[in-house]
Amino acid sequence: MPILEVQDLSVSFVQYTKGLRQKKVQAITSLDITMHEGEILAVVGSSGSGKSLLAHAILGILPSNARVSGTINYSGDELTPVRQASLRGREIALVPQSVNYLDPLMSVGAQVRTSVHNDNPVEVQKKIFERYHLDPDLDKKYPFQLSGGMARRTLVSMAMVSGAKLIIADEPTPGLDSIVIKEALSNFRELADHGCAVMMITHDLGSALQIADKIAIFYAGTTVEVAPVKDFFGRGEKLRHPYTKALWRALPQNEFVPIPGSQPLPNTLPSGCLFEPRCETATRECSLKQPKIQEIRGGMVRCIHAT
Amino acid sequence: MNRLKGEFSKSLLTFLVMKGIRMVSLLFAICLVSFILVKSSPIDPIQAYVGADMMRVSPEQRENIAEYWGLDKPAIEQFFHWGSAVAGGDLGTSMIFRQPVADIIHERFFSSLALMSTAWVLSGIFGFAMGVVAAMKKDTWVDQFIKWYCYTLASTPTFWMGLLLLMIFAVWLGWFPVGMGVPVGVIAEDVTIGDRVLHLILPALTLSIIGVANIALHTRQKLIDVLASDYVLFAKARGERGFILFWRHGLRNIALPAVTLQFASFSELFGGAILAEQVFSYPGLGEATVEAGLRGDVPLLLGLVLFSALFVFAGNLIADLIYRVIDPRMKGAKSV
Repeated sequence: MPILEVQDLSVSFVQYTKGLRQKKVQAITSLDITMHEGEILAVVGSSGSGKSLLAHAILGILPSNARVSGTINYSGDELTPVRQASLRGREIALVPQSVNYLDPLMSVGAQVRTSVHNDNPVEVQKKIFERYHLDPDLDKKYPFQLSGGMARRTLVSMAMVSGAKLIIADEPTPGLDSIVIKEALSNFRELADHGCAVMMITHDLGSALQIADKIAIFYAGTTVEVAPVKDFFGRGEKLRHPYTKALWRALPQNEFVPIPGSQPLPNTLPSGCLFEPRCETATRECSLKQPKIQEIRGGMVRCIHAT
Repeated sequence: MNRLKGEFSKSLLTFLVMKGIRMVSLLFAICLVSFILVKSSPIDPIQAYVGADMMRVSPEQRENIAEYWGLDKPAIEQFFHWGSAVAGGDLGTSMIFRQPVADIIHERFFSSLALMSTAWVLSGIFGFAMGVVAAMKKDTWVDQFIKWYCYTLASTPTFWMGLLLLMIFAVWLGWFPVGMGVPVGVIAEDVTIGDRVLHLILPALTLSIIGVANIALHTRQKLIDVLASDYVLFAKARGERGFILFWRHGLRNIALPAVTLQFASFSELFGGAILAEQVFSYPGLGEATVEAGLRGDVPLLLGLVLFSALFVFAGNLIADLIYRVIDPRMKGAKSV
């Protein structure tokens, strides 16, 4: 049984433009994702593709002007707002992007202790600091005194001590040097090996491939493909969606060729396939309606031409 | 750790020295500007001193007084003459009260202090609480009500609010005395604390009601900003909500700006007190300022200007000091 199942999720925002006229901005369109225990799923997409919103939607911490449709199931049962409120921080934990997500006026140790729910917070915090090679002095320090690496380890340790089974890491790697990135990635692998499901949200396909089991490719607020890591090799012949192929070929270690054009903005989405305007293999049919997601060769793809 | 403490107290010392220099230069500038203003105002110090008996003073006598006071000397010499006396602690003698200015300020300050500190504490507590409730219940009817109340009060002149309270509670209902600081016709020794408190309530209430609006609106906005921050989002993701969320992250992060605002509001407090005291004929610093201004009591006016500058400066200094002591980022700024 999958621990997390997101089906046909859409998130839009109601904004007021001139006076009382409302405008709907579609941020996530019919998104599907499935996660199992012990598995790392990397959600890869460029900025503005709706990755962080997916995390916030799962946790139920979207701003109040967000409208959500579709279903999210956790451990087989629907994740209603009430259930979200009782599970967040206990069963589902977030590892945020940066040190800005720590309270600037609360000591680091105290913040780690607030994440502990069913044990002695002081002891758990001491142990986790030891495990992550965090100086015991850090307990009394404030977030502004942390280095990038220390902040990263602190944020991961907060998810660790919560005892959550599903961990969502939002952009855990940018701005860090390669040693710290490697360390962070191995922390996530370790968590998954202990039975957690880890969703790693990133724009960095390269580091995602190093540790993930499956890669979900996001484009303009939807999943265009979910592929096992082993499919990423050579010129990407095994990949299913033209965007994934293009992304793979754009990596510096591969052909380093960029894709022309840019991702459509949430309020100017095309009516058909969202990638159609930039797709080399697009046909007239592609512009008619958005393709449904389908299973092909052990992966999922949202393209009518996929084989 | 000792090294850290050492560096902290060293940086505190530099801070205090800098503040001291700033205060001296501020006072000098204020002395200069107010002296120039008074010199170029149409007030004739001799006429203000002599008052209604002016008709009986001959031009020779006038010149004698002018010479005695040094009014025949150049303005710059007069300024340094007055300035050195002020520096030595002698603020001169008030013309309308015929008492040393320092004594008047001393006496008036304590009756104003009771008024201002009551208003300060009340508006601080109620304003903060209202701002917090409005922000936590943002966009609900509670928030709408508090906002409406604050906008209305923020645009209400102090004297008008004073008159309103005076009409309702003193004239119609007769619960409180109409004005003054003590009952009329009672010997000073017989005035009880209860009498003084009874006279204090209406002016203090006026100042508090007006002061609440400013504090509440500032607190509300600051807490809304804090609640929209990344760290509050993360706290929500960890399952915190409601009162726990406010207590752990909201209060902590709005306390500092609230304290700063509270001490920085000394100037508004003083300005408000002038109007409220005038409406209630309450014998405080504010009333003395109005008297001194209207009747051309130059020594008293200059003394009050200097004193109020010091008062406001002290408020800001306390705010800065508290910031340095409480905020861990300021404390550690030099040592990491």
